[in-house]
Amino acid sequence: MFEPVLTRNIHRPDSEKIATYLSNGGYQALRQALKKTPGELIDMVKRSGLRGRGGAGFPAGTKWDFLPKDPQVKKIVAVNTDEGEPGTFKDREIVERDPHQIIEGVIIAAYAVGASRAYVYIRGEFFLGVKRWIKAIADAYEHGYLGQNILGSGFDLDMSVHRGAGAYICGEETAMLESLEGKPGNPRRKPPYPAQTGLFDLPTLVHNIETLACIPHIISRGPEWFASMGTAESKGPKIFSVSGHVNRPGNYELPLGTSLHQIIYEHAGGVRAGHQLKAVIPGGASTPMLTPDRVDIPMAFETLKGAGSELGTGAIIVMDETTCMVEATRRLSKFFAHESCGRCTPCRIGSYRIYELLDRLEHGRGRRGDVDLILETAQGIDGLTFCPMGSALSNPPRSAIKLFREEFEYHLTQKRCLVG
Amino acid sequence: MRARLLAALYIAQEQYSWLSPEAIQRVADQLHLTPGQVHSTASFYTMFKLKPKGKYHIQVCEGLSCYLTGGDSTRSREPIIEAITRRLKIKPGETTPDGRFSLEIVQCVAACATAPALRVNDELYEHMTFASIDALLNKLER
Repeated sequence: MFEPVLTRNIHRPDSEKIATYLSNGGYQALRQALKKTPGELIDMVKRSGLRGRGGAGFPAGTKWDFLPKDPQVKKIVAVNTDEGEPGTFKDREIVERDPHQIIEGVIIAAYAVGASRAYVYIRGEFFLGVKRWIKAIADAYEHGYLGQNILGSGFDLDMSVHRGAGAYICGEETAMLESLEGKPGNPRRKPPYPAQTGLFDLPTLVHNIETLACIPHIISRGPEWFASMGTAESKGPKIFSVSGHVNRPGNYELPLGTSLHQIIYEHAGGVRAGHQLKAVIPGGASTPMLTPDRVDIPMAFETLKGAGSELGTGAIIVMDETTCMVEATRRLSKFFAHESCGRCTPCRIGSYRIYELLDRLEHGRGRRGDVDLILETAQGIDGLTFCPMGSALSNPPRSAIKLFREEFEYHLTQKRCLVG
Repeated sequence: MRARLLAALYIAQEQYSWLSPEAIQRVADQLHLTPGQVHSTASFYTMFKLKPKGKYHIQVCEGLSCYLTGGDSTRSREPIIEAITRRLKIKPGETTPDGRFSLEIVQCVAACATAPALRVNDELYEHMTFASIDALLNKLER
């Protein structure tokens, strides 16, 4: 039986309070970390195999190493709490119920890369999360885990909370930095990467909160322990958000590499009685769908890539046979059209065009050639934009049409849903 | 100064109840920005209200998981929106004539396991049904 790591505290009463965190061994990892050198810590994180949990899966230790080592250069840690990928709700739960786990991870990371400031960027809509972050930070200061000369180490770190205001694109790291600088969330061109030129042009380490929550455990239990979970290229525990047509939607923490089938049927209670699985989105709205025959697949970066999809945020959306794939795709395309920042023409125009086409198809007003036009439009966006959202928005229509083309054609010719 | 803009907009919105031209000007003056800079930045973000909203601003999630969970029992695409529209006689983007309620469609609020979800101002409401919507509106109408 898997012992929860990241979610081990969240069901305890008053789990968000520092007293609870401390009574369960909290901030011990920080004490240990402060006795090591930054180089040792970076090496530990590299050896753990930790990959980013925000969707991109970049090796964390490698990223830590990218920041300049010169102590005269001011550096920043930016904490990405802008969870907005539809189907994903893992970060919100940790922020609300165990913020100190994240804070401890941030302090260790900041110490390792030599950062003196940490900026927490959180979705404006996470009202409870904002309150809990602010209280947790205040308590951390009071206990000497933040501020000057932390635990007598000579290391200083200040941390503050900054609310987003309703823009999915601000989850993209450079758009997040733009927003922290008080501007609209238009992504920046990379390179340069934030590790070199980030917030206020300073070297910035950007991480999703789930990634940071792993850090105290890597320090206290060792990188070998962390790497003993998972697959060849995907190490450690992962929180999978499961929603849609399942009996027990919720967050499930399991080792990377756990089979998608097992997560859906064993942990999330399976598909509702009397219904059959039709399609699964494995890693959040931006990831290509899978059909039931592909569901027996380990949830890991390399395995999903191999299957033509992506692990993304590990947010699993389950659809049964009552789902009209045209409507589901239309809904996803509406999301992306709404969230386009508008900077790149292919995304700004194309995202809306795809939505328009799906909308008229869904409502019986499709025209001959529409289905191929959707594919053509997606092709004209994918890879041709400043930021990955261009590729992200292309995935749902392309995978849905590839797997369920007859449903789209049915909408075209019969002017209504195939299902229901 | 520019880095404080989002925080300033939140404060101004709280004080003026929406980002009126006066509110925008105040923020601009405080941060040494032009009203144009302030307005254009505010307009990028959906949580900044550049039009007055109701005393109770209802924000209904239209995300995929909320749709999958909420739509199936009623064969309706937008059961919650329809229920609210039926009751309050306003469509998304509108405010009731008495200024009490406004309705907005929002994107995924990360409450997918407790869908269908909606917010009223800062409060999140989960597992919404026709009955609980009625009960909620009853409470707010008083």
